[in-house]
Amino acid sequence: MFLDPDLLMSALRALTPILLAALGGALCERAGVFNIGLEGMMLMGCFTSVATSWFTGSPWLGVLAAALAAAAYSLILAVGAVTLRGDAVVLGIAMNLLAVGLTSFLLRTVFGVQGTFDDPSLAGLPLIGGFTPLAYLSWAAVAVAALLLSRHVWGLRLRGVGEAPDAAATLGVRPASYQYGVILLSGVLCGLAGAQLALGNVTLFTENMTAGRGWIAVVAVMLGRAAPLGVLLAALLFGLAEAAGFRLQGLGLPQQATDAAPYVVTLGALFLTTARRRRRPRTRSSGARS
Amino acid sequence: MTRTRIAGALRSPLTFSVLAGLLIGALFLLGTGADPLTAYQAVLTGALGGDGIGPTLTTGTSVLGLALALAVPLRAGLINLGGDGQMVLGGITAAVTGLASPLPAPLTVVLALLAGTAAGAGYAVLAALCENRLGVPLLVSSLLLSYPAVSLASYLARYPLKEPGSSLPQTRALPDGVALPAFGDSTVTLGLVLVALAAAAYWFTDRRTAVGYEIRMTGLNSRFSAYAGVERRGLTLRLMSVSGGLAGLVGAIGVLSFPYRFVDGSLTAPGYTWTGLTAALLAGAAPLGTVVAAFFFAVLQVGGLAMERTTEVPRELTQVLQAIVIVFLAARLRFPSRWFGRRSREREAV
Repeated sequence: MFLDPDLLMSALRALTPILLAALGGALCERAGVFNIGLEGMMLMGCFTSVATSWFTGSPWLGVLAAALAAAAYSLILAVGAVTLRGDAVVLGIAMNLLAVGLTSFLLRTVFGVQGTFDDPSLAGLPLIGGFTPLAYLSWAAVAVAALLLSRHVWGLRLRGVGEAPDAAATLGVRPASYQYGVILLSGVLCGLAGAQLALGNVTLFTENMTAGRGWIAVVAVMLGRAAPLGVLLAALLFGLAEAAGFRLQGLGLPQQATDAAPYVVTLGALFLTTARRRRRPRTRSSGARS
Repeated sequence: MTRTRIAGALRSPLTFSVLAGLLIGALFLLGTGADPLTAYQAVLTGALGGDGIGPTLTTGTSVLGLALALAVPLRAGLINLGGDGQMVLGGITAAVTGLASPLPAPLTVVLALLAGTAAGAGYAVLAALCENRLGVPLLVSSLLLSYPAVSLASYLARYPLKEPGSSLPQTRALPDGVALPAFGDSTVTLGLVLVALAAAAYWFTDRRTAVGYEIRMTGLNSRFSAYAGVERRGLTLRLMSVSGGLAGLVGAIGVLSFPYRFVDGSLTAPGYTWTGLTAALLAGAAPLGTVVAAFFFAVLQVGGLAMERTTEVPRELTQVLQAIVIVFLAARLRFPSRWFGRRSREREAV
């Protein structure tokens, strides 16, 4: 049968990196920062985790280093967009490009290989019940983010900063601090997402290995309307598409169909939800950014 | 007056970004143990020397074409991230047209160019419709549509249209004569002239026509232009069709030049789309600036190979350089005004 536990398991495995990155993006969105640098931050995480795991022999240090490196990388967006008030869209695009160039450059200078670094002795993350610890962490992060946003005073202030920065500032909340906080947090989450991709889903590093997952995460934020549970559902949809694509490949469909499946499904979902949303009267003006 | 103008140009974020990019690139070079001066010299001689100018102009054709393609919507503040998909569809359509057309060779070339342009334009319009009708932001819709298009072209080149007996993922070679004329025995083709004409047309539209004015107004302040009666949806549609058309044209030119066929990955692997976008961003989509920036990046891309040969520094460094320039530019960093002897402190509107 097509829909079986195996498919669900592989969908859940494909879900983790997207979910972690999308949670970061959702928090940024709530604080009024349009973060499209997720892809680049993830890629930095991929490379750092592989390099650290290789040189120290410990995948855990790899995960830690990935989180730190991606957080440091996210400072580009924080300083550029929050402090210097630059264009977050252009910064995000530049960050994604920089990450591709930088990781390919480092791959060649550090490992002396081009394209892919793959070694049997590279230590990956252990599996507990079929999933890496990062997968469990990502599910916990959904719950924590949901509670934080809806129940905790930080979440309230964060949403305030996103919806009415001036009003929040009047009440003594510093918008810049909250925005720096969520951008760095999104860096940490993207770093974990990269580590999951490079030490969990597979155990290797390939140039541009995120292959658009960061963009899918951006779409998941839109689909889930920047709510943790919504983002979870949206990311799950992508995970299912990726898993189903692999299944179809096993049934003889060419690889290209598999590659395209997640994007087609994501676009389709985007059409359906926005179409439904447009039929309803708008209660408040949407914060449209080009 | 001239002095203030020069000082102003030196103080612009553009100068700062390019210089800062080159400086950080030099630090990278020092970090890998290479001499930055030798490396940068190798970039210049490699890209502009006798052996390099041909490849630079060939690469420049594609980079400039895509830079223009992405600059056109960017002038109105719209970002088209789907250049890869539009270009590849243009390429595969041109290849199919070239292989199937019963017309004489010269007419087939024209037909293939037109078909490629139309394919790219049509696909870009799809992305524009997603924004206009379905509320999916253009940035996202254009990028997401790009991936399936690249997959489709890859599938076509690997299965139904694959050259029989070949181990490479490529279509059959186009019939004799179905090719853009080349200059001498170089790889530079008439494609460069076509792209240059497109640049001239863009300059004329931007500077001398009402449409160009509307586009610039929309880019500077979309609410004002909407108030003044510019119809945004129609504008998005038109700009995206031009943008996709240019990207498709670049794909068609690529197929109608050496090796005269569609090879899977040959259009996307060099990263023309991203280099083009970087050039357009660097120039703020201004027509002449885009041409200069595209040439600059084509020099970097081709010279990077020469640098790799001379200094053994990976050519990926040039990609790092490009991205750093844009990071600085987007953050709007500039030299402090006192460096250029300006007494009065002008606070610029943020």
